[in-house]
Amino acid sequence: MLKKRIIPCLDIREGRTVKGINFVNIKDAGDPVELAKSYVRQGADELVFLDITATIENRKALAGLVERIAGEINIPFTAGGGINTLDDVSDLIKAGADKVSINSAAVRNHRLIAEIADQFGSQCVVIAIDTMFVSNVWSVFVDGGRTATSLKTIDWATCAEKMGAGEILLTSMNTDGTKSGFSVEITREVTRILNIPVIASGGAGKMEHFKEVFTETGCSAALAASIFHYGEIDIRELKRYLINEGIAIRS
Amino acid sequence: MIAIIKYNAGNIRSVQNGVSRLGHKSVITDDKNEILKADKVIFPGVGEASSAMNYLKERELDHLIASLKQPVLGICLGLQLMCSYSEEGNTGGLKIFDTVVRMFPQTDKVPHMGWNNFSSVKGDLFNGISIEEDVYYVHSYYAEISSQTTAVCNYILPFSAAMQNGNFFGTQFHPEKSAETGARILNNFLQL
Repeated sequence: MLKKRIIPCLDIREGRTVKGINFVNIKDAGDPVELAKSYVRQGADELVFLDITATIENRKALAGLVERIAGEINIPFTAGGGINTLDDVSDLIKAGADKVSINSAAVRNHRLIAEIADQFGSQCVVIAIDTMFVSNVWSVFVDGGRTATSLKTIDWATCAEKMGAGEILLTSMNTDGTKSGFSVEITREVTRILNIPVIASGGAGKMEHFKEVFTETGCSAALAASIFHYGEIDIRELKRYLINEGIAIRS
Repeated sequence: MIAIIKYNAGNIRSVQNGVSRLGHKSVITDDKNEILKADKVIFPGVGEASSAMNYLKERELDHLIASLKQPVLGICLGLQLMCSYSEEGNTGGLKIFDTVVRMFPQTDKVPHMGWNNFSSVKGDLFNGISIEEDVYYVHSYYAEISSQTTAVCNYILPFSAAMQNGNFFGTQFHPEKSAETGARILNNFLQL
């Protein structure tokens, strides 16, 4: 049976992860490679590395980091943050990333999705959508959530699939950082309409939230950053809990 | 020396990293002589079937691969191109495996992406591997089951997770991305 995936996200700033607490057996939790290896040991199914500064200089550094990560870890990983062109994608794929995550650039230029899919295959194109429920509509935001667009989330997700996206990373800005649980409603709606896998993101605070999003929506994976990073939830424990709850999880 | 056949697309670097983590030297190449004299050959690939096959034909690697006598491992698109035919781009294959490659019916999410286990395994690649173990897949097309199928996975329908015909092996999943289980399968191949 195909398993539901647990995906830790590592926020990268100038080649480093923000230092977490409660880490055992890690020499340097600020080193993304050390942290990634620790997540792999805990049983993470996939990893996402997001360059949150995303300047041109940092993108070059990100490719170097991707190369180190690819040499050290043996599970799939996605790299993202400030990707604007086919060349940016090419650099990251050549460095060893399995997938790239694209957000604002794809909203501004839908063709970019098709260009990447044609050259590298749909499987490597993850379209990240930041969504917020405002004035009774789930709308798309870009520029790290700073800029509103006129796009409805459902319409954009459908368009991204048509253009050749292999997967959607759906982050609810309403719940992101609140630890109050994933936004079940929009996740359910997007997974119902799309035929490609959807990663739910934003709002994970306790283990029950993962159970809720896996049982109440058709999402294929759930992503979280801080609760893993700060050791509030251990991935091993989370997976044991979900297996006990009858959810298909890789042990 | 392990030869990893060079393609025009995809993440071949991962395969080389996987081989190197198991302590083997490898070279990514489309040079005929280098491929012929390698101890083992890995034929990886993510990408589109017809353009990958054209790339092989332009370099006359299609006949070369089918004629190899050393152990050969096709991964993902590699396995699919070793079959007789693929619906993807209406592509004729290398005819090493006696089966055809079809697109998944869209009765569930496609691509089949993520970790899945087996309903059966046999053969040298799966020494010490149990059917409960999960490996990583990402594909929209699948090889139908035949007498050369050595592992079966169920997603939408049962399909060939792995195949073998003599010295030719193929896996639909990515052993280089399948954590410890994948490393053991890749190691089984490298130990042949």
